[in-house]
Amino acid sequence: MPNLTVIPESPERPGGSGPAAPAAARSARARRPRRKIRQEFRTVVSPHQLTSRHGRVIYWTVLVTVVVSFTAAFVFPLYWMVTGAMKTTEDLVQIPPTFLPPRFTLDAYAEAWELMDLSLLLGNTALYAGGAWLFTLAIDVTAAYALSKLRPVLGKLVLALMLATLMIPPMVIMLPAYLTVKDLPLLGWDLLNTPWAIWLPAAANGFNIFLLKRFFDSIPRELLEAAEIDGAGPVRILWSIVIPVSRPILGVVSILTVVAVWRDFVWPLLVLTDSEKMSVSIGIASLSSQMPQNVLIASLVIASLPTVVVFFLFQRHIMAGLTAGSLKG
Amino acid sequence: MRRNITAYGFLCGALICFAFFSWYPMVWEVVLSFQQTNFVDPPIWVGLENFVTVFEDAAFGPAWRNTVMFTVLALVFGYGVPFVVALVLNELRHARAYLRFVVYLPVMLPPAVGVLLFQWFYEPEYGLFNQILGFFRLPALDWLNSTDTALVSLVIVSTWMNLGTGTLIYLAALQTIPGELYEAAELDGAGVLKRIWHVTIPQTKLILLVMLLLQIVATMQVFIEPFLLTGGGPENSTVSVVYLMYQYAFNFGNINGGNALGVMLMIVLMVFSAVYLRVSREDKS
Repeated sequence: MPNLTVIPESPERPGGSGPAAPAAARSARARRPRRKIRQEFRTVVSPHQLTSRHGRVIYWTVLVTVVVSFTAAFVFPLYWMVTGAMKTTEDLVQIPPTFLPPRFTLDAYAEAWELMDLSLLLGNTALYAGGAWLFTLAIDVTAAYALSKLRPVLGKLVLALMLATLMIPPMVIMLPAYLTVKDLPLLGWDLLNTPWAIWLPAAANGFNIFLLKRFFDSIPRELLEAAEIDGAGPVRILWSIVIPVSRPILGVVSILTVVAVWRDFVWPLLVLTDSEKMSVSIGIASLSSQMPQNVLIASLVIASLPTVVVFFLFQRHIMAGLTAGSLKG
Repeated sequence: MRRNITAYGFLCGALICFAFFSWYPMVWEVVLSFQQTNFVDPPIWVGLENFVTVFEDAAFGPAWRNTVMFTVLALVFGYGVPFVVALVLNELRHARAYLRFVVYLPVMLPPAVGVLLFQWFYEPEYGLFNQILGFFRLPALDWLNSTDTALVSLVIVSTWMNLGTGTLIYLAALQTIPGELYEAAELDGAGVLKRIWHVTIPQTKLILLVMLLLQIVATMQVFIEPFLLTGGGPENSTVSVVYLMYQYAFNFGNINGGNALGVMLMIVLMVFSAVYLRVSREDKS
């Protein structure tokens, strides 16, 4: 048994990637007898049990059961959604329902795009997500850098106060946060129905500060001191050294921020009440009862495409952020 | 000195954002719950009056009961199941990438999409679920329209949308268990179940506890499911604390009552948060 444990190779991929990740080197060896069950990773079931005749039967039975039930539970509803939007309203109320749409047509998608003004809603959401991304990076990266490397007086207290916000569930303070945005203290600005209502609160994210600071802490001091001796100021060091070496964590924070803003429901429900300013989730939810069923379903498909595509492309970052979140201390 | 000025220059954006959108609302939440405000006249301090008002609301009892029931049911499905699923996935040597992707897919959908999708599935006449029940010659259910099944229906949506998170976190935790432990246990004659009981569970005890607390805090804030699917009905059988809080502020025009509910929920959830903090600190030492 040469390789028994999975060690996180980089901060970008803490353990969660499993055997699939460093498989390249091993797979050539393991796949030779094609049907052999790979066993480089020692888990509960011993390799001996796994390769016995009895064990193999059980293994393949479990595998097939799991694949079939997962597909039924998680893929089939999505299949039903995508094809449901291709049926007419008459097809949709037919009993029993047809497994395939009787005719292939994208009319409901086009209708949803028109009726619900999805281009506007998607454009709004992209604006909110993009702006939140920029503000989060600009504000949280500089803050985490200051807390990690410049270590000012009271820095520890500031960090503690920022992390303390993680302990307060967001829903609990939604009413006062709404009132704050409606009438900003001291300044008296009304940010309702403006992108600022999404952008600025998104940047006040203790978890991002935590992730970034922890990563910056791991950058060797010598690296920064060398730059300082060469005469680089804090801004230059942040821009030319810290940011380039922190790409993995910046990727994680970026994806988490964009996806969180895209999926958010309650906060935009409170602060974006004008139908011209709504995000896609709110817009669809507010129109859902007035739409024909197939048009509504088509709009659901369109609304979920962006996040599903992002997930497809950035799976690794998303899962890394997920496990970092759970293992925080 | 100059270092401090530069550092606070870097920090000022974050300090402003946190001050306005996190720290200030936290304090104001508590202040508002003891006041009566209409945002035109100066606020009046009313002591515990807001708390008494919400306490005497006919929906107050059901809201807490439903929230607790929802949390308990969500734990039954959403806490044990992902662990078992992760255990099984960890044993598999094929299709892992596919299974990991698929189980997390619902988590990536915007919650509004997932909830509206299930609204269609729950349709009593031609909805998918009753069609499937009919296919197996089982009686159709009323799902969201009956007091018996409405809350469970919400739990099903919520579990479907969130199962992937727990599964992937447990899977990551399982992969950090050194294989030697299993080998040693096997040499001592432990069977598969005993290995799970004596190796896997002690090794993942901490993450199991952390996830329990995180999930309780997350599910007790249930809002979007009752908001979009049932409006708290039928007969208050799905009204939740956060939903009632929303109604106080935006439907009943009594934002102070909403704040009083918020403070109550905050106290309950902070107990769990404190335990969570304690647990994760113990792990460090």
